[in-house]
Amino acid sequence: MSIGHTLLGLLESGPRHGYDLKRAFDEKFGHDKPLHYGQVYSTMSRLLKNGLVEVDGIEAGDGPERKRYAITEAGITDVGAWLATPEKPEPYLSSTLYTKVVLALLTGRDAADLLDTQRAEHLRMMRVLTDRKRRGDLADQLICDHALFHLEADLRWLELTAARLDKLGKAVGA
Amino acid sequence: MTPAGALLTARDLRKAYGPTHALDGAEFSIHAGEIVAVMGPSGSGKSTLLHCLAGIVTPDSGTILYNGRELSAMSDAERSALRRTEFGFVFQFGQLVPELTCVENVALPLRLTGAGRKAAERTALGWMERLEVDDLKGKRPGEVSGGQGQRVAIARALVSGPRLIFADEPTGALDSLNGERVMELLTEAARSTNAAVVLVTHETRVAAYSDREIVVRDGRSRDMERAI
Repeated sequence: MSIGHTLLGLLESGPRHGYDLKRAFDEKFGHDKPLHYGQVYSTMSRLLKNGLVEVDGIEAGDGPERKRYAITEAGITDVGAWLATPEKPEPYLSSTLYTKVVLALLTGRDAADLLDTQRAEHLRMMRVLTDRKRRGDLADQLICDHALFHLEADLRWLELTAARLDKLGKAVGA
Repeated sequence: MTPAGALLTARDLRKAYGPTHALDGAEFSIHAGEIVAVMGPSGSGKSTLLHCLAGIVTPDSGTILYNGRELSAMSDAERSALRRTEFGFVFQFGQLVPELTCVENVALPLRLTGAGRKAAERTALGWMERLEVDDLKGKRPGEVSGGQGQRVAIARALVSGPRLIFADEPTGALDSLNGERVMELLTEAARSTNAAVVLVTHETRVAAYSDREIVVRDGRSRDMERAI
């Protein structure tokens, strides 16, 4: 995820201090990975340098001075362009799992067992996400659903591969 | 050996339909309050396993112990009584009696064990409220949606306070949103009454509501928890 674009997007509703930005980011998007303060400030200085944000005010306090940032017209255009650009679908063509399955076949190990163990591990993760979804709010549900659908796709691949192990063994010369 | 404290165990189950070995040495166990998913490809034998465990189909060989009692040693009448009082069933579709209203459908298991109509329907309505379908009490199954009908069926499966619920592809005919709500309600209701659930499904998102899963392939089962 582009942290720069996300912080810019959060600034569109009005100027904020770096601390407020971090809090808003963590609350909305940082479920598993809250931002470090260092990340916020290094991102903001980059955005400042590129003219996408400007300093809207500085408050002096006991500690370091607190800058308030505002998004510029160029920043708004940049967020718009980012949102309008589709993300590159990740086809996972070089799958570690595929490599493991082929190696298991080539070395005479039990490839079906490998797939079953992986399957159980995927399902274990799906249980954790399903439980989190059950307890969470709508944002949690949508985030977990995204992960669940991806895991489900992996599981379909595991099933299909399990059903094609004999064929795959012959194809790779095992 | 029977797993300690198991509510239902099956050992070395075999069942053939002509030349096809639907079950070929399948094993199974479930404890009170546990939700176990039975997974596997189409034709792997998972539905046959469920039917054997529920006493609907008699295996060719193998043992099934429910609460320490051998299912095959019971008379047909005893097995029927067990299915009425101790087991609950939820299938993919076609399980509600079309001529009866929803509340009459839910009350049916209680009526069959001799409860009066008023008392049975009062209990039934309580379960319909929990499954969020009490407003459908006067409707017939043909007048409700698939998701609503499935909730009514779950209320009926739970109404007699079963210790074990057999659910065969309970969300198979529903879209994702309705399927998830049905699973949430089914698992919540089962957990609140400490009922165990045998959940046959080929959908991993449905299986993710279980505590553990077994995989059936070519009539043989594999307990994935013990495999890791």
